[in-house]
Amino acid sequence: MGLLRNDLSAGILKSKVGISGVGILACLILVSAFTIVFIPLDTYKQWNNPSSWTSFPKSALPSWVNFFLVKKIPEHQLLENVQTAIQTGRDTRKIIQDFETDYSFDYFPNDFIYQYTVEYQGTPVLEFDVTRPDGVTLHLLSYSLPDAKSRTVFSDKIFSANESIRKNILLASDRFAFPIDNMAVEEVVFSKIGTHEVLKGKYTFVTKISTTDTQSSVHDSNLIIGGKVFGMIGTDEQRRDLAIGLLWGTPLALFIGITVSVASVVSGLVYGVFAGYKGGKTDESMMRFNDIIYALPALPFLIILAVTISNSIFLMIGFLMIFGWVGIAKVSRSMALQIKNRQFVEASKTMGQKSSKIIFKHIIPQIMPYALASIAISVPAAITTEAGLSFLGLGDPSFPTWGQILHDASTHGAVTRGLWWWVIPPGIMITITGLAFVFVGNSLDSSSRIRR
Amino acid sequence: MGLRRYLATRGIILFCVLLTTLLLTIMLVGSNMDVILKKGVSIQIRSEITENKLLMNSFKDTKELDQFIQNRIDDRIRNLGLDSPWYSPNRIALSMYKIITLDFGHATFLSSDSGSSLVSDIILEKLPRTVLLFTTATIIISLIGIFLGALAGSKTGSKIDKLTSSFAVISGSFPVWWIGMLMIFVFAFTLHLFPARATPLIASNDPGYIPSLFYHMTLPLITIVLIGFGTWAYMVRNFMINIMHEDFVAVKKTIGISQRKIIFHSALKNVAPPIITVLALSLSGSLGGAIITEAVFDWPGMGRLYFEAINVMDLPVIIGATYVLTAFFLISIFVSDLLYGYLDPRIKTI
Repeated sequence: MGLLRNDLSAGILKSKVGISGVGILACLILVSAFTIVFIPLDTYKQWNNPSSWTSFPKSALPSWVNFFLVKKIPEHQLLENVQTAIQTGRDTRKIIQDFETDYSFDYFPNDFIYQYTVEYQGTPVLEFDVTRPDGVTLHLLSYSLPDAKSRTVFSDKIFSANESIRKNILLASDRFAFPIDNMAVEEVVFSKIGTHEVLKGKYTFVTKISTTDTQSSVHDSNLIIGGKVFGMIGTDEQRRDLAIGLLWGTPLALFIGITVSVASVVSGLVYGVFAGYKGGKTDESMMRFNDIIYALPALPFLIILAVTISNSIFLMIGFLMIFGWVGIAKVSRSMALQIKNRQFVEASKTMGQKSSKIIFKHIIPQIMPYALASIAISVPAAITTEAGLSFLGLGDPSFPTWGQILHDASTHGAVTRGLWWWVIPPGIMITITGLAFVFVGNSLDSSSRIRR
Repeated sequence: MGLRRYLATRGIILFCVLLTTLLLTIMLVGSNMDVILKKGVSIQIRSEITENKLLMNSFKDTKELDQFIQNRIDDRIRNLGLDSPWYSPNRIALSMYKIITLDFGHATFLSSDSGSSLVSDIILEKLPRTVLLFTTATIIISLIGIFLGALAGSKTGSKIDKLTSSFAVISGSFPVWWIGMLMIFVFAFTLHLFPARATPLIASNDPGYIPSLFYHMTLPLITIVLIGFGTWAYMVRNFMINIMHEDFVAVKKTIGISQRKIIFHSALKNVAPPIITVLALSLSGSLGGAIITEAVFDWPGMGRLYFEAINVMDLPVIIGATYVLTAFFLISIFVSDLLYGYLDPRIKTI
C-alpha cells in the first residue's frame, strides 16, 4: 500500500492537470475551514429567516462593480457611532451620538435608517439632525419616545420615509434653488443647494436624546445609508448576503459529494468483487439485481423519493448512493474476474485461505487505483445531482447549498430581470468544484493505467 | 447457448426489470395514492348527496346526515376495493395488470392541452415535443461528436485532440440547466435574440405555430448541443485511439492509403459497434427529456410533465410516465445488445 500511495501521488503531481486539480481542491478545503471557523454558525441557521437580514440592501450589486464604472453606485453602509457625548446635569441627561460618512458616490442613496435601543424612564425626546459638507444643518426629526413609568428598554427604527422627517425637510425648502415638494427625503438631504445633484463630502448625522432620567443610556445604535452595492457578491431579493450563502455552500457541497462518492464506490467495489470472485449462481443473481437498479430512471426516482419520503439532506445523500454504486460494481466485477485467475490468487486458494481474506487482501488492493480514480470522478455527479434537485425546489431548505441559491434565483426570476450576480457565482462554484475532482480523478486514472 | 435462447433469457430478464421498476414505483407512491383516492370518493359522495335536495330534506338533523354519508362512503370504498390496504397483493396485482396493458387511467389534476385527462393522451401529447427537442439535439450531438472524435483520436497529442479533450472535461462539469440560465440571460435578456420561455404563445392549430415552435426551440437546442458534444467527442476519440494502434491500420498506412480515408472508412467502421450502442441508449434516454432543462426553458415536454405531476402528486401520471420511460429504456438496451452482436463479428453473441 505504501508503494501504491507513492506511485499515485507521483502520478498526480507529474501532470499539470493533476496539480491544478489538487490546488483548486486545497483552496476549496481552505475556504470550507475558513467558513466553519470564522463565519458565525448563526448566519446559516438564520439563512431563511427574513427578519435577520433587514439591515441589508435588497438585490444589491457586488461592490466591486464600481471599479468598472465611471459613475459610482452608492455602497450600502452600516455606520456605527463615532463618539457618544453624555452631558449629565442635576436632573437631566443628554446623550449625543455622531455618525459620519464620506459620501463620494454619483447617485443618491436608497434611504437611510436609524436603529437604536434605549433604556430610560420618563419621556425622553429624540432629536435627529444632519450637518452637510457645505455646512448647512438640516433638522430631520423631533420625536418623544413613549412614556415609561418604570425603567424600560425601547428599540425602534426611524426610516427616511418617515412623514415627520418629510415635513421638517419641506420647512427648509427655501434654502434650495429648486422645488423639493415631490422628492424623497434622501434626495434632498444629499443634494447640492443650487442644483439637484449629489453633494459629495463628509456628512455628520447627530442624534440627541434628552431625558430627565440621569441613569438612561443608549445600548445599541447604528445608521444605515441604504445603497445599491454591497459586499463581494451582492445580495438577493430577500436581502441575504450571497457571499455568506456561497461560503456555507462550499463545505456542504464537499460533504455531499465526498460522502456519496466514497460510500457508493466502496459498496460497489465490495459488491462487484464479491460477485466476480464467487462466480456461478451468486454472480448471476447479484448481477441481475445490479441490472434492475441500473435500469431504474435515476432522476425521476430521486424526485419521487424526495417528495414522498423526506427532503432532508442526509436522506438525500442516502438516495444518491442507491444509484451511485451500480457502474462501479460492474467494472470491479470484470476486474475481479481477471484477477481471480492469476496465480497468486489460485495459490492462496489452494493454501486454504478464507475467501473474505482473499478478497480484501489480494483482489481489492489490485483494484484500488481504479477505485480511487472513480471516487474522484463520481464526486461532481453527486454535487450536480444534489444541486439539480435543490434547483427544482426539492432540496433541504434549511441548508444554503448552491443549488438552493439558484432555485431562489429562478423563482424570483433573477435571469429575466438581469440579476446576474445571483445566478453566475453559484454555478461557477459548482463547476470549479466539479472540475477539481475531475482533474484529480483523470490524472489518478491515467497514472494507474500506466502501472497496469 | 444458441442465439434464440440468449435472446429469450435476455428478454425475460428485461421484462422482470420492468416489472420490478413498476412495483417499486407503486410501492413508493402507493400510500399517498390511497389517501388521494379515498378523499376523491368522499368528496364525490358528499356532492352527490348535497345536490339531491329531496334526500337532504328527509334528514332530521346533521348527525343523521353525517351517518348516512359515512355509510355511503364506506359502501363505495368497499365496492371499489379500497377497503383493503394499498399494499395488499390483490390491489397491487390489479394496478400492475392495468398498467402493463397500458391502461393508466385518468390523471388526478393535470390534463392535456386539448382538455383530455386520460394519462395516455397526456403522454402522447408531450412525447412528440420532447422527441422534437431532445432527440434532434442527441442526433446533432452525436454527429459533431463522431466527426470531432475521429479527427482527435487519429492524431493524439495534436492541437485538435487537446482542444477536444479539454473541452470535453470542462463542459462535462457544467450543469446544463445553469448554462441554460446563462443562455437565457445573454440571448433573451441582454441581446433580445430569442424568447426566454420556450413555450410558443400561439394556439397549436394556428399555421404560424410550427415556425414559432422552431424559433422557441433554438435556445434550448443550442444549449444542449453545446454542453453535450464534448463528452461524445471524447468517447469516440478514446475508441478511435485503440483502433488506430491496431495492425491493419499500420498496414494501410504503409500501403499509402490516405489518412482521411483510413479514419473515415476503415477505422470508423471498426468503432461503430460501441458507438451505435451508446447512440441507442442516449436516443432512448432523450425520450425522457431532461426534467431540469425543461424546467429552466419551460419546454412543454415529458420532463416538465413529470415535474408538474410530482409537484401536485398526480400519481397516475407519475406511474404512467415512469413506466413508459423505463420501457423505452429497456427496449433500447435490448436493441443495442442485438446490434452489438450483429455489427461486431468478433462477438458471437455469447
